[in-house]
Amino acid sequence: MNVYSIAYKNLLRKKVRTTLTAGGIMLSAWVLATLLGFNRGYQQGLNRDIDNMGFQVLLTAKGCPYEAATLMLKGGTGLRYMPEDVVKTVYANAEVDKITPMLMQGVFDPDKGENGAVAAYLGVDAETFPGMKTYLEFKQGGWFSRNDSYEVVMGFEAAELEQREAGDKLLIPGMDEELTVVGVLKRSGTQDDGTIFLPINTVQKLFKKKGQLTGLGIRVKKDIDMAAFENKLYELPDVQVVSMAQVKTTIMNLVNSARVIVLGIAGIAIIIAMAGVVNTILMSVMERYAEIGIIKSMGAMPLDIFRMIWMETAILCGLGGAAGIGLAFVTARLAEAAVRYFLPYAPNGALIALDARISGFAFALIVVGGLLSGIYPAWRAARVRPLDAIRSEGE
Amino acid sequence: MANDMIISARDLSKVFRRGSEEVRAVDGISFEAGAGEMVAITGPSGSGKTTLLNMIGCLDNPTSGTLSVGGRPVFGGHRELSERELTRIRRELFGYVFQKFYLIPTLTVEENIMLPGAFYQAPGAKAARDVMKLLGIEQRYRHLPGEISGGEMQRVAIARALINGPKVILADEPTGSLDSRRADEISAILHGLTKQGITVVLVTHNLDLARSADRRLEIRDGKIHAE
Repeated sequence: MNVYSIAYKNLLRKKVRTTLTAGGIMLSAWVLATLLGFNRGYQQGLNRDIDNMGFQVLLTAKGCPYEAATLMLKGGTGLRYMPEDVVKTVYANAEVDKITPMLMQGVFDPDKGENGAVAAYLGVDAETFPGMKTYLEFKQGGWFSRNDSYEVVMGFEAAELEQREAGDKLLIPGMDEELTVVGVLKRSGTQDDGTIFLPINTVQKLFKKKGQLTGLGIRVKKDIDMAAFENKLYELPDVQVVSMAQVKTTIMNLVNSARVIVLGIAGIAIIIAMAGVVNTILMSVMERYAEIGIIKSMGAMPLDIFRMIWMETAILCGLGGAAGIGLAFVTARLAEAAVRYFLPYAPNGALIALDARISGFAFALIVVGGLLSGIYPAWRAARVRPLDAIRSEGE
Repeated sequence: MANDMIISARDLSKVFRRGSEEVRAVDGISFEAGAGEMVAITGPSGSGKTTLLNMIGCLDNPTSGTLSVGGRPVFGGHRELSERELTRIRRELFGYVFQKFYLIPTLTVEENIMLPGAFYQAPGAKAARDVMKLLGIEQRYRHLPGEISGGEMQRVAIARALINGPKVILADEPTGSLDSRRADEISAILHGLTKQGITVVLVTHNLDLARSADRRLEIRDGKIHAE
């Protein structure tokens, strides 16, 4: 028999009220943990996506830089082209370590998905592209034999979707040419999983884009002056320079702006939940006014009563907080699907990265908030005079 | 009746202010009660009997007068006792029984009896079992208050008052919520306590219980009208 068990059993007196209050706390803990997890997961995913691109600078045809960024990250269709000879010009710079040209094309595939969708074909240079994407591993086969062969390498998900294995044939919708699948990549957790890679010259020939590129990936040497190099690239005509660091910063700025609003909403949810806690505990104290007085008449000190009532708040917030964080783990994938549905761009991998640190922080925030909320009701209870309680007996 | 005085009150007064009016709820009452004695305080409503009981039980400070309990001076010094000091005295000397029992509905009979132990060093489960046996409720120790009768609830309240081994039991209308048969049972229990040397001071409108006490103080207008 101790204060904790009394506090716990006191909460059981009004089960519906306790459940509703704990439910409010649970929801605020769920929102908080999910948002914190999303913030971390999105940042990690974005970093991973950008790092996995294998190059630090992308050159595209002049146009909107955000369109270019989306093109890079999402694999959209490139509508603008730049001349192929830009490769030699860029490679002549001393800062450049590696370079790889790319030509992306999209074709509407009526058999893709329920209502058809655009299938992306990325023409890459078999000699330079693998060197940029060293993390790519093959499940079957390998890269193309030549840059003009009619061969394809399929990302893991693309192969699953098209149900192709190495050695199978593949037809590009609307074209009569038959391509042979020479390799299937292992799952990489990047946008490459959904990409179909072709030799760049083959894409130029099939799509009649000879001598044209949509992108040029550039890996720079270590310890160079990146800003100076980018300025040098800006002097090239009709090209857009997209630095991965800039993309990362731009996207994170957008995400941070949204985060401030969303965390504000989470803060309001917590405040509402805590107001519920104050209301519930205060109501409970008022209902037990006489009883608390009697307990004090039996020799309980004001601090004992304060502790008992405060403990009720702590239990309520602890249980609600733990349930909310548990719910955040359980619904993480669901929340992730919802976020992906609403966001125009979401990085690959887990979008809601919940871990012990985030859970602990959210739990601590809820419990500390609850304990602060419990101070006033506990203080009111501690001040109950036994005599007043006994007088109230006759009322 | 034993000779050594457990309660010794001299000229106890309690004055309340109602605006500019001064109300003397208790007006210079002196009385003594020995160990194992039962004193019944009776009187009409508003006569000051509960106020007197509260002062004896250290639930309220008197305006003037002196009080010692168990040979220990409680009131009559140079200052009013703090809430903390009153609590310590209550904890060590008194057990309280009220008309409405005030049992915690979510705690079992045994837990209600051991409730003081949750807040300070108090006898544990064995003592609780002994008290339950003494009061004939040992079979009910796992029941919740809502599962037992009113008479049993009052026994539990008495058991809770006894758990710390008090020198004095103060009971305010202990039979007020009970029918005559249950009231007689509680009366017998209180008398049984006096045989163990516990002083019982009770406020009651139950004439049978009052008549059965060793002494009866009839209070009117804050003064002892008859003894």
